Amino acid sequence: MIELTLPLTKEQVKELKAGDSVLLSGVILTARDCAHKRIMEYIRAGRPLPFELKDAIIYYAGPCPAKPGMASGSCGPTTSARMDSFAPALLDLGLGGMIGKGEMCGEVAAALERNTAVYFAAIGGAGALYGNAIKTSECVAFDDLLSEAVYRLEVVKFPLVVAMDCHGGNIYR
Amino acid sequence: MRIVNTDEIERAVYRAARHAGVNLTTSCRAALESAYESEDDEAAKFALGTLIDNSNVAVEKCMPVCQDTGMAVVILEIGNEVFLEGKPVCEAVNSGVRAAYSDGYFRKSVCDPITRKNTADNTPAAIHTEIVSGDKITLTFMPKGFGSENMSALYMLKPAQGVEGIIDAIVETVKKAGSRPCPPVYVGVGIGGTFDGCAYLAKKALTREIGSRSQRDDIAQIEEEALKRINNLNIGCQGFHGKTTALGVSCEWAPTHIAGLPVAVNIQCHCVRCVKEVL
Repeated sequence: MIELTLPLTKEQVKELKAGDSVLLSGVILTARDCAHKRIMEYIRAGRPLPFELKDAIIYYAGPCPAKPGMASGSCGPTTSARMDSFAPALLDLGLGGMIGKGEMCGEVAAALERNTAVYFAAIGGAGALYGNAIKTSECVAFDDLLSEAVYRLEVVKFPLVVAMDCHGGNIYR
Repeated sequence: MRIVNTDEIERAVYRAARHAGVNLTTSCRAALESAYESEDDEAAKFALGTLIDNSNVAVEKCMPVCQDTGMAVVILEIGNEVFLEGKPVCEAVNSGVRAAYSDGYFRKSVCDPITRKNTADNTPAAIHTEIVSGDKITLTFMPKGFGSENMSALYMLKPAQGVEGIIDAIVETVKKAGSRPCPPVYVGVGIGGTFDGCAYLAKKALTREIGSRSQRDDIAQIEEEALKRINNLNIGCQGFHGKTTALGVSCEWAPTHIAGLPVAVNIQCHCVRCVKEVL
């Protein structure tokens, strides 16, 4: 089991191999279908994004509302393939990696290699466990999208598996 | 004639929704534990173990077992000797859903199909009613996540394709879905009926306990053969390979037209959440 704290250096990313189990801690951003559509609109219009994309890790997730006294509600990954058409562009703009579930397409694999980035699989359906590992949560953009807004999460020991690495390794193949 | 106030249905929907959002069904939990025990693949075993831990955390903290608390699927089998009084039954169901999703801190996942604007209270529920004999109402509540719903399919097979065609359709659907629907999946299959009715049969099949078998021997054999072939696909938990790609296959059937053989395959992820209550 590899313990990692964000942000990751390119050297650390290069050491990760598909199939490695990882406990990840640090700051990540959530974004899913609607948020990605909005991010692309900003990029096309040349508007600055309301958060830093460079070296960020995007978690494909839309949390449940938090109960009183908790930082987050349940917050497992959503199916990453729906973000296939967005991920290469964001990786080319400096995105450090993604967390989601299920395989992503060949264009994403190529963009991970070209940018020395990594795609982690969270365990789909383990929403309560991930929600419980979130220590702070703050909406940083697109709050009108409710659960689909962009949240900045501070997470401790997220259990993940390296799904697609920067050397073309792919756990699903 | 038995008079039932629809407030009673509203309260039952509320109870069922609150429970279903947090708790896996007993048969789902048992199937995950048995998959964990038998798994040799390291990543798949890690994932299965995480899922079992997750279900414990959900119950301990009383929080949704999966953040996709689903569209609320509600099946009401209403006895023909029941007279419903009070607000319209759909209104009662939606009130129960609205309150449960708010009080339970569940995610609201229902939106307009074109504008994508969220309805913000997880209504409307997908409500099915059937008139059955007797003076009872059987309520089935199943929150249905869409990572798996998206991987479902309906086939209008030729009658000549027969049993082999049915099994191929089931296995191909699971194969094509690969890692995306959160395997190990539970597969609900509708065989026969009409285009619309067949899809409903597949949904109803998912309300059966995992591991239960059809009372018809020939259909039970389809269930067993399809499950065997699916588990040879080596997709495994989360697509990490391994022995268990599906926890179960359940088929429901209905008579169909001489010219057709509809087969609907409804995929359910490993978070099987379903509550039944008799009123």
